Amino acid sequence: MKTIADHTIHQEKINQVWQLLQEVCDPEIPVLTIIDLGIVRNIFVDDTEQLVIQITPTYSGCPAMDAISVDIKLKLIENGIQHFKVQQILSPAWTTDWMSETGKAKLNAYGIAPPSASHLANNTTPACPQCHSNNTKLLSQFGSTSCKALYQCYDCKEPFDYFKCH
Amino acid sequence: MEQSNNDHTALVDYVLHLADNNLILTQRNAAWCGHGPILEQDIAITNITLDLIGQARNFYQYAATLIGGDATEDSLAYLRNERSFKNCLLVEQPNGDWAQTVTKQFFYSVYQFLLYEQLQKSSDETLAAIAAKSLKEVTYHVTWSSDWVIRLGDGTTESQQRMQQAIDNLWNYTGELFEPAAYENSLHQQQIAPAIATLQPAWLQKVKEVFAEATLTIPENSFVQTGGKNGLHTEQLGYILTELQYLQRTYPGANW
Repeated sequence: MKTIADHTIHQEKINQVWQLLQEVCDPEIPVLTIIDLGIVRNIFVDDTEQLVIQITPTYSGCPAMDAISVDIKLKLIENGIQHFKVQQILSPAWTTDWMSETGKAKLNAYGIAPPSASHLANNTTPACPQCHSNNTKLLSQFGSTSCKALYQCYDCKEPFDYFKCH
Repeated sequence: MEQSNNDHTALVDYVLHLADNNLILTQRNAAWCGHGPILEQDIAITNITLDLIGQARNFYQYAATLIGGDATEDSLAYLRNERSFKNCLLVEQPNGDWAQTVTKQFFYSVYQFLLYEQLQKSSDETLAAIAAKSLKEVTYHVTWSSDWVIRLGDGTTESQQRMQQAIDNLWNYTGELFEPAAYENSLHQQQIAPAIATLQPAWLQKVKEVFAEATLTIPENSFVQTGGKNGLHTEQLGYILTELQYLQRTYPGANW
């Protein structure tokens, strides 16, 4: 039987972990935290009083997931948190809709065009993150990582990555 | 009790079938890594392949939990023999030239898309979750492979002729995709697997649409080669497994 006091202690711990995870970055796009990406789906205390951190992969074959799990563990251990586990879940499937607005702004500043559903709907291309021109073209649907496509800007001529809608 | 044992066996066989399809195509496609016709397409085929192996791992991990004991995703991929593999014959066919590789990918991606679209409604929650996750990835594979079929088919005289040759080489292996194995029939009754034969018209329609734009034709030869889903393979698979499994067979338990 959990008491209200237990519940409050749990909630404080859960909040602390959410805060700490804001300091864990994606290994391949270090400008984004795993919170920005929407990879962390849930944090709760289970029946055995164990803290559970649920994360979901961006792509089925994303090679960064193991590194992310290790980074989460290190971050929590460094901060004195014990008796927890990191669990991978597949459902509901990750979507770029979960990426935070802060995350999108950070991506753009980093030189990667952020995902936008309007490109798909209106058949337009993303704006160049360097010179902000809309005069861009798709070079390849597949880029340097699973989550990106390769574009080029006709105006400044620079190639750039676009974080694909998913 | 006997009934539930049979159900369990059918589910294991089906999950392995789904995993093996992806693993064997992965092994084929991976041979292009560093050899693609241009850098962007080298990256594209390997990215598609990364999706396929990720999906395969999800299926193998599920199969391992169903089988229990010492089974792991690695033991299922590296330590089963040819006759235990349940992949369709299509995916084990040689890469040939770029035309044959993209044709194989196109046939498979369209099939995979239609299959996963149904599988995400499976009464088996794990299969439904893997299918829903994978479907987003496969959507890109269908677009990419369709584009290449059109580009090469409606390209030069040589590229058109090579595409038609690739289609002629592979066509006999496409019918098997829609010919259900006993385990698929049994799982369909439990609403775990879709009735695979019912997906063939939609597959054919998509293929015809893309071929029409690509100025390519479906061969008249309607012979269907089957066997893969039940472990009876073409001579190709033995060579694939020899390479794929060499390290774990020679140095059991070797680790990075």
